[in-house]
Amino acid sequence: MEFVAAKDLDEALVAKANHPDAEFLAGGTDLMVEVNLAHHRPSSAIGLRRVDELREMTDLRIGAGVTWATLESHPHRALAQAARTVGSPQIRAAGTLGGNIGTASPAGDGLPWIAALDGTIELRSKDRGTRVMPWREFFVGVKRTAILPDEAIVAVRIPEDTPARQEFAKIGVRNAMVISTVSCVVTHGDNGTTVALGSVAPTPMRATRAEEMINAEKNPSEAALAEFARIVSEEVRPITDHRSTESYRRHGAGVLARRLLERCLS
Amino acid sequence: MIVSLTINGEPKTATIGGFESLLRVLRDDLGLLGSKNACEQGECGSCSVVLDGEVVCACLVMAADCEGSDVTTVEAYGTGDDLHPFQQAMLDEHGVQCGFCTPGIVVTGIRLLEENPTPTEDEIREALSGNICRCTGYGGILRAFDRLAKEGTE
Ligand SMILES: Cc1cc2nc3c(=O)[nH]c(=O)nc-3n(C[C@H](O)[C@H](O)[C@H](O)COP(=O)(O)OP(=O)(O)OC[C@H]3O[C@@H](n4cnc5c(N)ncnc54)[C@H](O)[C@@H]3O)c2cc1C
Ligand code: FES
Ligand code: FES
Repeated sequence: MEFVAAKDLDEALVAKANHPDAEFLAGGTDLMVEVNLAHHRPSSAIGLRRVDELREMTDLRIGAGVTWATLESHPHRALAQAARTVGSPQIRAAGTLGGNIGTASPAGDGLPWIAALDGTIELRSKDRGTRVMPWREFFVGVKRTAILPDEAIVAVRIPEDTPARQEFAKIGVRNAMVISTVSCVVTHGDNGTTVALGSVAPTPMRATRAEEMINAEKNPSEAALAEFARIVSEEVRPITDHRSTESYRRHGAGVLARRLLERCLS
Repeated sequence: MIVSLTINGEPKTATIGGFESLLRVLRDDLGLLGSKNACEQGECGSCSVVLDGEVVCACLVMAADCEGSDVTTVEAYGTGDDLHPFQQAMLDEHGVQCGFCTPGIVVTGIRLLEENPTPTEDEIREALSGNICRCTGYGGILRAFDRLAKEGTE
């Protein structure tokens, strides 16, 4: 088998069970870059572009094959905001949320939203059916996930009591076509505040100490907001690489988190 | 493997050796040299084509995944003697300098105008945000849209 254009999910899962080393191909915006640069030559590939089940979408369950272009108008504000910042119109027309999750880059712009809303990843295989995994268990390292060789990512699910307010923003070197230096989602609702960040740790992360601190405040004062930003900067675990430095990312994380919290509270 | 697809309205077949891109097949196998290969990383948009109704980077489309697909390349829009109105407007307004980005701009621009015949400047800038031009500074390209809009209303 060299290439299979799967017509439905069953066909994709059968192909993957028979060829566990085959690579799924969704929009190709991550995989084809690797192939073109000859960094990576899959032994075989399974095309998912025609699988309708993966394009199903409700407010609480988003199919892996939903493109960024579609997500630009998703009712979850922070997800739509993130979608609008991905790449370019060409990239958003092809690239999918499932591909973002499959690549599991620390800079994946869809991932902080999943973390902030305590999302789960729905996986499926031919032999074991569906299993649903909390995001914390799924993302295990830089571009590493807990997916098994015969599994496909089918959807992202988020819990029912979604927070009333949610905001996404990212920092990058320009406006369009830019990989995040820091990305952040803050949510605020009856259950309090959550803060998730991207590009500042091997996986998407929650700033849990900052969450605890701010959740103890009824009406956060100026001093409390500053303290919140300081704790976020302290909690993140960024590195210095070709895109930015550790100290800039720390600073940016605190600034973004505070700014988004203020937007959620206004 | 052999892939059958429609390119600019004509049925074509291509023999695919591995995981090469649609761009490679268009240029190297089918002799359609309009779509340019500048980065092969989805960054520049010079390879923009319309695939099943959406403008995408042909360099990021796996050719093997194109069975039954409908592809429109810049060659669909005009010839040297008979230009599409947007191509003519690009010429008249000096939206072309070295020309390397031009095929991608033409494909993206015409698709935008098909979907939205009277785009605002913000909509034009957004639509072209994946088409990098190193020469013109985009002034001439934006004026080409203006000229078309004016001609359209005259
Ligand atoms: C120019 C450019 C700009 C970009 N800008 C951004 C940006 O701003 N923000 C951002 O986050 N990303 C960006 N990206 C990266 C990329 O577009 C995204 O990560 C996108 O979401 C990938 O989706 P895809 O469908 O194209 O994935 P593909 O390339 O098709 O697949 C990516 C990986 O996921 C696996 N996979 C895909 N679907 C499944 C599935 N259903 N089950 C299991 N595994 C699966 C594949 O096997 C592969 O390993 C950019 C890429 C380019 C080329
Ligand atoms: S060659 Fe495809 S985007 Fe640059
Ligand atoms: S005219 Fe030279 S890159 Fe656009």
